[in-house]
Amino acid sequence: MMRFLLLFSRQGKLRLQKWFTPMTEREKKKIIRDMTSMVLSRQPRSCNFLHWKDLKIIYKRYASLYFCLAIENQENELLALEVIHRYVELLDKYFGNVCELDIIFNFEKAYFILDEFLMGGEIQETSKQMINRSIEASDMLQEDDSSEWYEVELFG
Amino acid sequence: MPAPIRLRELIRTIRTARTQAEEREMIQKECAAIRSSFREEDNTYRCRNVAKLLYMHMLGYPAHFGQLECLKLIASQKFTDKRIGYLGAMLLLDERQDVHLLMTNCIKNDLNHSTQYVQGLALCTLGCMGSSEMCRDLAGEVEKLLKTSNSYLRKKAALCAVHVIRKVPELMEMFLPATKNLLSEKNHGVLHTSVVLLTEMCERSPDMLAHFRKLVPQLVRILKNLIMSGYSPEHDVSGISDPFLQVRILRLLRILGKSDDDSSEAMNDILAQVATNTETSKNVGNAILYETVLTIMDIKSESGLRVLAINILGRFLLNNDKNIRYVALTSLLKTVQTDHNAVQRHRSTIVDCLKDLDVSIKRRAMELSFALVNGNNIRGMMKELLYFLDSCDPEFKADCASGVFLAAEKYAPSKRWHIDTIMRVLTTAGSYVRDDSVPNLIQLITNSVEMHAYTVQRLYKALLDDISQQPLVQVASWCIGEYGDLLVSGQCEEEEPIQVTEDEVLDVLEGLLVSNLSTPVTRGYSLTAIMKLSTRFSSVNRIKKVVSIYGSSIDVELQQRAVEYNALFKKYDHMRPALLERMPIMEKTSSNGPTEIVQTNGETEPSIVEPKHPPPVTQPANQVRALLIALGLSLLNIVCMYGLFLINHESLSTIPPMIAYNKNGLKIDFTFERANPNPNIAVITIHASNSTDADMTEFVFQAAVPKTFQLQLLSPSSNVVPALNQGTVTQVIRVLNPQKQQLRMRIKLTYTLKGSPVQDLSEVNNFPPQSWQ
Repeated sequence: MMRFLLLFSRQGKLRLQKWFTPMTEREKKKIIRDMTSMVLSRQPRSCNFLHWKDLKIIYKRYASLYFCLAIENQENELLALEVIHRYVELLDKYFGNVCELDIIFNFEKAYFILDEFLMGGEIQETSKQMINRSIEASDMLQEDDSSEWYEVELFG
Repeated sequence: MPAPIRLRELIRTIRTARTQAEEREMIQKECAAIRSSFREEDNTYRCRNVAKLLYMHMLGYPAHFGQLECLKLIASQKFTDKRIGYLGAMLLLDERQDVHLLMTNCIKNDLNHSTQYVQGLALCTLGCMGSSEMCRDLAGEVEKLLKTSNSYLRKKAALCAVHVIRKVPELMEMFLPATKNLLSEKNHGVLHTSVVLLTEMCERSPDMLAHFRKLVPQLVRILKNLIMSGYSPEHDVSGISDPFLQVRILRLLRILGKSDDDSSEAMNDILAQVATNTETSKNVGNAILYETVLTIMDIKSESGLRVLAINILGRFLLNNDKNIRYVALTSLLKTVQTDHNAVQRHRSTIVDCLKDLDVSIKRRAMELSFALVNGNNIRGMMKELLYFLDSCDPEFKADCASGVFLAAEKYAPSKRWHIDTIMRVLTTAGSYVRDDSVPNLIQLITNSVEMHAYTVQRLYKALLDDISQQPLVQVASWCIGEYGDLLVSGQCEEEEPIQVTEDEVLDVLEGLLVSNLSTPVTRGYSLTAIMKLSTRFSSVNRIKKVVSIYGSSIDVELQQRAVEYNALFKKYDHMRPALLERMPIMEKTSSNGPTEIVQTNGETEPSIVEPKHPPPVTQPANQVRALLIALGLSLLNIVCMYGLFLINHESLSTIPPMIAYNKNGLKIDFTFERANPNPNIAVITIHASNSTDADMTEFVFQAAVPKTFQLQLLSPSSNVVPALNQGTVTQVIRVLNPQKQQLRMRIKLTYTLKGSPVQDLSEVNNFPPQSWQ
């Protein structure tokens, strides 16, 4: 399973944190510190895999953001790269040419999308379209809240 | 009260802060506003406030006061509230929090909500961070949803079940019925999460594993459809249909096929098909191939398939993509034991990876190269590995050097080659060689009898070039001490003998003694080597002089050695040749190292050391030689112990004893030995006795001397001075007095008598003149 996913900028500022196992605030902060320093100090053309404790760390940079995914030892690293890429594609589709600012100002949306893609450290849905539709429908439900109309069941 | 500012507004404001302090101030202000808003129990803006709190939490600020508000949001009827509430719960309310369990009821209600997106939120939260209690309470609901026909909910329920099983493994059984037709689903989301669920169950329970083996044909069919089906826009990734699902199925097949012939056979064809048909131009295809290789290697596949798998890894090694090369090396390392020959075919590619720029790849390539070394390729491989050792980063050098030594020991084609290889490592990476290699190398050299002249000559030449690398210097000193006679004899079969005189050799060894580059251990080696040459060279006087100079060295270890060697010259000259004779061949017992060396010299009685037992130390004093050999290389310690023993007996009655302290029942006597022939050292033994009727426990004797002296306190015999003079505590003090000043001492005594601590200071001025003149 995946253990955690972190997004941070080149200056080491955290933009998103998803933890798949329970950890104290202190442990989380330490891990964030370790990841940012390890990943940011890597040479530009190194391979995207690192070892940290008993986990494999897969990281990839997209524009100004580093995506850092920790997986257990028996997981497939090359596929983990695809997982990161898929998440970026989902963000891109939702925000339209996504950039770091989108994720900063709409962090809760980034979480909602992530929660439709991954759950409990595993992949939940492999179809981009399905995820997009779910998010759109959920967003429309939010709009229904502020209108006087009752909720509408969409996409059974 | 004005409406709380919007989330985006807050984010914009905080980002304008120019310093950390400014940001903190803004955050504190906003937190205060949010807190008062919470106190007012305002439903309208709760959602907005919690969202802001979550943003500030991400920046690293505490947000625990929002926990209960998240619960209120979850309980709200509005979807917007629930969405933020559940997000907040996942970020702030993990199972370590007290209020975590309060979520259970809300989640239970939402699992039965009429809107699937609400149900989805509940499932997601439970599946990401539900505690064991919560899982126990809600497992039934999850099981129900696992059987629903709504694929959106079914896939989430499957992963939720995985989480429940991870938290409460005993609940696994209850999900078994629901798994019956999971694989008949067409929906990829459900299919994928079902495979994850089945994998989790099979990994945890051998019974489940046996039960689910019957699914192998169905899994094979699904995988086949994925590969053979045409383009499917919904699942396509660079021309491959749903790679995530393919990989997951391959992994489940791996678990099902392991140690089972029938299952392995049933999946043989599909594995071959995937291995040959998958497009490899992009990472995604290689991800599938990688998983396929792992599966082939783990199940009972036929040999043709295994070779195919290793060849795929071999092709990976040639891929431009670093990640793929790295993954290939890691996998090959796992299979090199079982499929050694197949991996050998890719040896040259692996060795090329030693020159890769990426550090992780280099390390893997190094480990794999060592695993591939055998009797046939040792010469070629060693050339590459030594070249690597020359040029690699320091972080690799220690491991590489150790690896070279191990490989050389196992597969050396000739003794000469072996010695040459050792020389090469010592001269190029000498400072990185591990300390325990030195005794191993010495033993190796000793046992290569016909190479002694060659070895000592090469080592001598190396010393002339460079004395900074301690392991090299130590091995060289030892060899010169042992084989110096061969060195100056100008005889060498293997190469052109060098012409060197005794004085030149002694110059080099003395140079080591004085050099700042030499560590104390190295100095010890050099001094002992010089001493050994006294039986091999004719310039004994020079050696005597050197040894006597070091009798007053500040380094106590060197000093002790020198003093004992002097004793050898003076009183025990008749024993010197025997003591310093050539070391015999040392036979190694089972595997490890110098601690298991057994002496096999015919002269003395064999002292067989059993593996894992320490060598015997209860040899009679006149079996000095046996003692020497049994303890192998610590020639020094034996000579010293023996020497001290002799000296103690010799000089007892020269200086009269004195009473240094006598108060409150504690009496301390000093007895003297002069460390002959060095008059600058006084060896004082204190004898503490106790005439009171109770023991003095925790007895500590401390001493201080004026600045021109140096003091060394050895360990006391005990720290309990028995009552009524029933025994004494003794302790040895050595005082160095180079300026021959009058000896004075301050002593401090601490002990416990009848439960009360006692401490006293005293000056000792009544030393007999002979102790310092």
